[in-house]
Amino acid sequence: MPILSVEALDARHGLLQAVRGVSFSVAEGETFALVGANGAGKTTLLRAIAGAHRASAGYVRFDGTDITALPAHTRVPLGIALVPEGRKLFAGMTTEDNLRVAERRDRPGPWTVERVLEVFPQLVPKLKARAGDLSGGQQQATAIGRALMTNPRLLLLDEVSLGLSPVAVEQLYTSLRALMRGGTTVVLVEQDLNRALAVADRVVCMLEGRVVLERAAKETSREEVLAAYFGLGAA
Amino acid sequence: MILLNQLLQGVFLGGYYALIACSLSFMFGVMRIVNLAHGSIVVLAAFLLFVLADRFEISPWLALVAVVPVMAGLGLLLQRFVLDRSLRGGLLVPLLATFGLAIVLDNALFESFGADTRSLSPYIGDLSYNSWSITEDITVGQLDVLILAVAILLLGGLQVLLSRTRIGRAIRATAEDPGTVGLIGIDARAVYGMATAIAMGMAAIAGAFLAMRATFDPYSGGAQLIFAFEAVVIGGFGSLWGTLAGGIVLGVAQNIGAAIDPSGFFIAGHVTFLTVLVGRVAAGGDLFRFFIRRRRA
Repeated sequence: MPILSVEALDARHGLLQAVRGVSFSVAEGETFALVGANGAGKTTLLRAIAGAHRASAGYVRFDGTDITALPAHTRVPLGIALVPEGRKLFAGMTTEDNLRVAERRDRPGPWTVERVLEVFPQLVPKLKARAGDLSGGQQQATAIGRALMTNPRLLLLDEVSLGLSPVAVEQLYTSLRALMRGGTTVVLVEQDLNRALAVADRVVCMLEGRVVLERAAKETSREEVLAAYFGLGAA
Repeated sequence: MILLNQLLQGVFLGGYYALIACSLSFMFGVMRIVNLAHGSIVVLAAFLLFVLADRFEISPWLALVAVVPVMAGLGLLLQRFVLDRSLRGGLLVPLLATFGLAIVLDNALFESFGADTRSLSPYIGDLSYNSWSITEDITVGQLDVLILAVAILLLGGLQVLLSRTRIGRAIRATAEDPGTVGLIGIDARAVYGMATAIAMGMAAIAGAFLAMRATFDPYSGGAQLIFAFEAVVIGGFGSLWGTLAGGIVLGVAQNIGAAIDPSGFFIAGHVTFLTVLVGRVAAGGDLFRFFIRRRRA
């Protein structure tokens, strides 16, 4: 049974339909990349899976249970965590408090502040600093760490490399690869196609709200994904 | 020596203002709501305590044990049925809603209790008039000292709650970004409900001391709200220790004003408030930014 299945999902922003009849499923332990141009509906799709955006039609099933109607805060105890686009840290709180605020009694698991610091050692000297004063890479690491503190079975990553220096992106992905190897199921949105193809098991390309390509990462090429990306018909 | 006495009494008066202001400051810090019904809520708690003392002969201290949770429960209802709905309408709707609630509360109290002024001072024995002599000229009322101590304890307790506990972290995170806390499993509405309950519990304590140190009637809420609001603005909206400082500045200004001229009490207080307000606006740009810029200390 897939850990996540999305069935004929529609999501709107007012009159604009951002996600149109999207279906796919993700197996436990898999790394699943969503690519597509700006405005293709990737972020709205991730937010609908996390419960931060209401689906207007279709279903989201997690571990076989229909969770379409659940609000975000009740999906977290089930094991879904979203690292939102733009990080959305609590800027006035310290890094440590940003991590601790996500601690949950109803969902025990391996993640603690200490463990997050092992994965993101760049945060160690910044624990008592305001999250708003951190560098972009440190903020992104904090945002991922905060999501991990909820002990997710499914981690949704939205554009984690956006606005970071190449060095910071490299550092981040080194940590993320360790996570993925450790068996955490990851759905990620990534602008950098090469990176998406390198880390993911499977790639889905979206165009104007629809899935136009779904491939195992090993069986596709940059050219094929690019064609789908721009809607050049080949897909 | 007279000046020193006025200063000292001003500090104690400021402690009282801080006590009635801390709920207002806390609610603004967490929910960005200026609760215009706060004064009336404080008076409502005073009436509850008065009824328990007058009709059932329960000591106000003992009655507080019951009234604080009752008011906290009312806070949950207030959040669920008034504030939560009005918050969805934008920043101004809660102002209107709480203003309306204040009118309803004041007049409901007037309907039930009439226009008589009441006080709890007959029910607390000699605490209401006993004092300690510091020097020949300076004496401090025991109740005043107690009020200042309670204000410091409440503000300190809130500060510890916010900075050290799980609930406090959830409250701070929700105050910063109610839209994002859901992603880490926190229900923003539940946090708001809890914050309102805490604020109303503190308002009950403020109501007790309002009723012990002076008299009150169904329309006393407005005056309490003005002093609380002035203390909060002087101290910086949403800043807890700032509220204590603001209350003391206000109390000292009023007492020094009164020493200069008997009518100077209110004038000095209001002038201090307006000076700080205008100064803040001039220094920090527009009024709106002034309101949202300050966070808890």
